[in-house]
Amino acid sequence: MSGQGIGQILFYCVALVALGYPLGLYMARVYSSLGAPSLLRSVERGFYRLVRTDPAKEQDWKSYGKTVVIFSILFSGVLYAIQRLQGHLFLNPDHLKGVPAHIALNTTASFITNTNWQYYGGEYTMSYLSQMAGLAVQNFVSAAVGMAVLAAVVRGLARRSRKELGNFWVDLYRSLVYILLPICLIFATLLVSQGVVQTFHGHATATTLEGAQQTIARGPAASQIAMKDVGTNGGGFFNSNSAAPFENPTGFSDFLVLLSILLIPAAQVFMFGKMVAARRHAWMVYVAMFAVFAIGVGVNLTAEQHGSSVLRKSGVNITMGHGQSGGNMSDKEVRFGQAATANYTVATTDASNGSVNSGFDADTPAGGAVPLVNLFLGEVIYGGVGSGLYGMFFYIVFAVFVAGLMVGRTPEWLGKKIEAREIKYASIGALFVPTMVLTMTAVAIVTKSGLASIYNHGVHGFTETLYAYDSQSNNNGSAFAGYGATSFSASFGTVAMYLGRFVPLLAALALGGSLAQKKIVPASAGTFRTDGPTFVVLVVGVIALTAGLMIFPALTLGPIVEGLMH
Amino acid sequence: MRSAVLKNVVSSSVAIVLITAFFGFAYPALMTGVAQVAFSHQANGSLIELNGKVVGSSLVAQAFTKPQYFHERPSATSPAYNAGATTFANLGPTSSDLAKNVAAAAQAILKLEGPYNPGLTIHDIPVDAVTTSASGIDPDISPAYAALQSHRVAAVRHLPLATVQKLIKQSTDGRSLGFFGEPGVNVLKLNIALDKEAGK
Repeated sequence: MSGQGIGQILFYCVALVALGYPLGLYMARVYSSLGAPSLLRSVERGFYRLVRTDPAKEQDWKSYGKTVVIFSILFSGVLYAIQRLQGHLFLNPDHLKGVPAHIALNTTASFITNTNWQYYGGEYTMSYLSQMAGLAVQNFVSAAVGMAVLAAVVRGLARRSRKELGNFWVDLYRSLVYILLPICLIFATLLVSQGVVQTFHGHATATTLEGAQQTIARGPAASQIAMKDVGTNGGGFFNSNSAAPFENPTGFSDFLVLLSILLIPAAQVFMFGKMVAARRHAWMVYVAMFAVFAIGVGVNLTAEQHGSSVLRKSGVNITMGHGQSGGNMSDKEVRFGQAATANYTVATTDASNGSVNSGFDADTPAGGAVPLVNLFLGEVIYGGVGSGLYGMFFYIVFAVFVAGLMVGRTPEWLGKKIEAREIKYASIGALFVPTMVLTMTAVAIVTKSGLASIYNHGVHGFTETLYAYDSQSNNNGSAFAGYGATSFSASFGTVAMYLGRFVPLLAALALGGSLAQKKIVPASAGTFRTDGPTFVVLVVGVIALTAGLMIFPALTLGPIVEGLMH
Repeated sequence: MRSAVLKNVVSSSVAIVLITAFFGFAYPALMTGVAQVAFSHQANGSLIELNGKVVGSSLVAQAFTKPQYFHERPSATSPAYNAGATTFANLGPTSSDLAKNVAAAAQAILKLEGPYNPGLTIHDIPVDAVTTSASGIDPDISPAYAALQSHRVAAVRHLPLATVQKLIKQSTDGRSLGFFGEPGVNVLKLNIALDKEAGK
């Protein structure tokens, strides 16, 4: 680890707070008042008229949830149709055929649920139409849905003795137009300046210096890539995702992408603090997230810089310095080196983003265990846009509940009593997905159709399988990549992604709806304080105990055995 | 109950059309316009033309096998350096295939560079020279790998080593803005510069 590398990571952490804090305050305003200039406001009113909603009329959690579900189902149908029919449609300069049914189904689930798991290779499967009008649209929409739901849940926490959480169409529109769009325009322009392609021309053909023909895939990538990261989506325009030079050409573009991955999730913590008027509490939540993030970067970077056993035994020079960054360079790019790659690996798996700037399959056992554990924590360390923080709420409820048990009082959070109903919703929200991951991995590992997807034999094959269902269920979408698309794995993954998205989403809305109806109890001497370091320790402990212990047996079968064997 | 569902279906359908029209067409079209006007070279793939012919992209590796050229890192794409289908190698950290590939790549380098680097051993080979890049078309090699190859290229081209080293320096992309990422030597730019030097 070089001082320079650590400097880059520290700079990143500071930049994240410096930009995330003001953005969070801005977002709190966007969701609570109409502050837009009048031209924008009339466009907004036009949208509400067309979708036939009265923006002043709010929905309770059930009605809100119903709208989210119906909207998502219909959009899934459209997305599936575009992919299947792309061969007959326009914007297909490279004459690609329709996407096969099982791939199209999995991809639909993948983009609707903000997962962006890729069983397809972007540049040779999807036409420009599918990429732009299909997948890229979902990069916006799935992100905005998560943000809208979070806004509704946070309103529930802030309100008292009410049933309504907000109007979905209002929250959706504002997330899209006032938050995501401006951020994307800025990032996309900066990315193009670094060398990300943005063109409607088909591939370019070059005659190389040695006289061979080289086909160079291009496309309208920047507009999509900016959003893939701002919205913690992660699905790349090119197969190798943010490792592909046209997707992530320089060290600076890599920093921009990294920043955009955690920017909104980080800002949402501050937005939450502002909306519920508990800024110190929000800071403690931020500190808890940051602590887990920092540990992840530390472990991954140390392990990768140390190198894999194969590389150490081979005798080649893996020592940093003298013109190289050294370490485990397998499936990594020279322009990023170890520090920027470790930072990326941890940020993207903390955030349910899933884009990668290296191939995780080649990570060392200890290094590769970090993203695996990150996913299993349920994407609450920053987490996906919206989904990360509402996922964190489940653990916060657990934490105050545990604290309540210890002092023998009814637990409270933000002045509201946490009772059996809230614990039930939080349990469903936090435990459903890990349970599903373990079940699906077990099924995939004992059936012939499941085994057919594995690339590497032995324990590493087990890790690939675990990672595949971990990643899809938690709507991350990053891959150990060594997990092939069969009709079995594609359909199984489809189920994992839909359930992994909507069960916690509805549980969060239910939690918000239930808390909205409660009165505020004034804090007393016996109230557990949620704005101090004890709370941070308790939350991190609860996360480690629930999610961490659930994955530990599976980890021993995968990376731990692999690490011990070599 | 049913009417609530119907109302949602209507609202959703309208929203889907509006959102797809704006974010699926207007937004990328606007971005393409901005990109083509402001950064046309980058937006079209950073292509390099020589004598009116496109010879490659400064962001994409291409195959170099001749001894007078600097060589790229290994590539896992099929065929190698396929800029139409980028991919990782996906070999696990303890995989025996990885061990075999690394050993084979190291042997090939010893054979190729050994005659020009007296006393060269496997311990002198930088790790990026024997490992596949993530994209399969990593345009850069580490400065260490470029230094290793410089002796061969200088000898084959009958150029002073200092000249080759100067060209390496000119083709090195330092950290972005002096801070982000790691320095790398752009192989295509370097080889073009070498050809130009020879044509002088």
